Amino acid sequence: MGKYVCDACGWVYDPAIGDPDHGIAPGTSFADLPDDWTCPECGVGKDSFSKQE
Amino acid sequence: MNSIAKAIKISDKVYWVGAVDWTIRDFHGYRTSRGTTYNAYLIMADKITLIDTVKAPFRDELLSRISSVVNPSEIDYIVSNHAEMDHSGCLPQIIDIVKPEKVFASTMGQKNLEAQLGIGSRITPVKTGDSLSLGNMNLSFIETKMLHWPDSMFTYLKEEQILFSQDAFGMHLAVDKLFDDENVWDVLEEEGEKYFGNILMPYSNLIIKLLDDVGKMNLPIKLVATDHGPIWRTHIGKILELYRKWSEHKPVPRAIVVYDTMWNSTAIMANAVGEGLRETGVEFKILPLSVSHRSDVATEILKSSAIIVGSPTMNNNIFPTIADVLTYLKGLRPSNMIGASFSSYGWSGESLPQMNEYLKSMNVELASEGVRAKYVPSETDLKACFELGKLVGDKLRAKIQ
Repeated sequence: MGKYVCDACGWVYDPAIGDPDHGIAPGTSFADLPDDWTCPECGVGKDSFSKQE
Repeated sequence: MNSIAKAIKISDKVYWVGAVDWTIRDFHGYRTSRGTTYNAYLIMADKITLIDTVKAPFRDELLSRISSVVNPSEIDYIVSNHAEMDHSGCLPQIIDIVKPEKVFASTMGQKNLEAQLGIGSRITPVKTGDSLSLGNMNLSFIETKMLHWPDSMFTYLKEEQILFSQDAFGMHLAVDKLFDDENVWDVLEEEGEKYFGNILMPYSNLIIKLLDDVGKMNLPIKLVATDHGPIWRTHIGKILELYRKWSEHKPVPRAIVVYDTMWNSTAIMANAVGEGLRETGVEFKILPLSVSHRSDVATEILKSSAIIVGSPTMNNNIFPTIADVLTYLKGLRPSNMIGASFSSYGWSGESLPQMNEYLKSMNVELASEGVRAKYVPSETDLKACFELGKLVGDKLRAKIQ
């Protein structure tokens, strides 16, 4: 499962860590994040993330 | 507090109550050669509402202007469109003085106002699509996350068709006349471009999306009331068009040569690169960093599609002013650029590969590995610099066709 980086603020979503503060369990792939999930750091939506190379 | 400064009426029920900063020349590293304004607006609806405040030292100017219309304690609501200190710095004190019924900000605004000023508990969060009745008038909110901070949002006043756009469409320009058409267009375009280049360029993709989204809302807009510089009234279409153009940053036949020099070797090379560019008919500008501020380089890169950087090697490193500008430009993420480097050196010559690495990390497409000259450039070195300029110019032309 790949990491995804926020195009706007640079925050990185790591599936191994998830986003527990917002109810996302460790092990959740980026694709499985709910559509209304937003970057915990700056608030932009999933469509503003890119796969980290 | 004195009461000399008065509000300026901008529509039937709305007043500008901001502050003009004629002095500022360094705005967190951005050279503000013409000063700036911190705009705040007072809506005299049934529920009297203040949109944004000003930088902390200008609190009395804000209060004086408000007091010329209404006693500040009669303000019912405050809306914070942007949590950055130049618009929120005196918000805690204004809340203490005004004792408003409610203070509104975006959800991210609530977080950021808490983190900066400890006033999160006073904030009622709002989100895109929410509206707020002021009795006889209505506000609605559009979050504009990362344009240019996480908290940023627009507020729209339906009855008077005013979009309060915080920093978007703004510029650092101290003015006595508040409306766009009362000022010189060329100055507005120049300062608007500089503001975009230095503040908004990294978020160009989000801006394109926002322009599309707001376009679809079909909001009638009579005034775009920004947080810095003049209010748009006559040239709204023009500034929206420019924002789209700047965000897209499509290739244009224009290049910049940015350099600094120790014993003039890099300077001679820069001029040779320029002559090579001239040969291709590509427009160019040479920016010696001894006389060019980083924020002016950012404006120039917004107008260009190629960057050629020159640096001496100093103690095995890139020259400090070049590192400054490249760090700054990297953060601003200009798109669609091609580029190259050149350097002079005495013994080790590390600056060329270091600059190339920098350019690659900025996603600049390198036209070649660059040119390096030992001590004083020879005729052969200068020919190579000329060819480098020519190569970049030709590649740029090929990209445009």
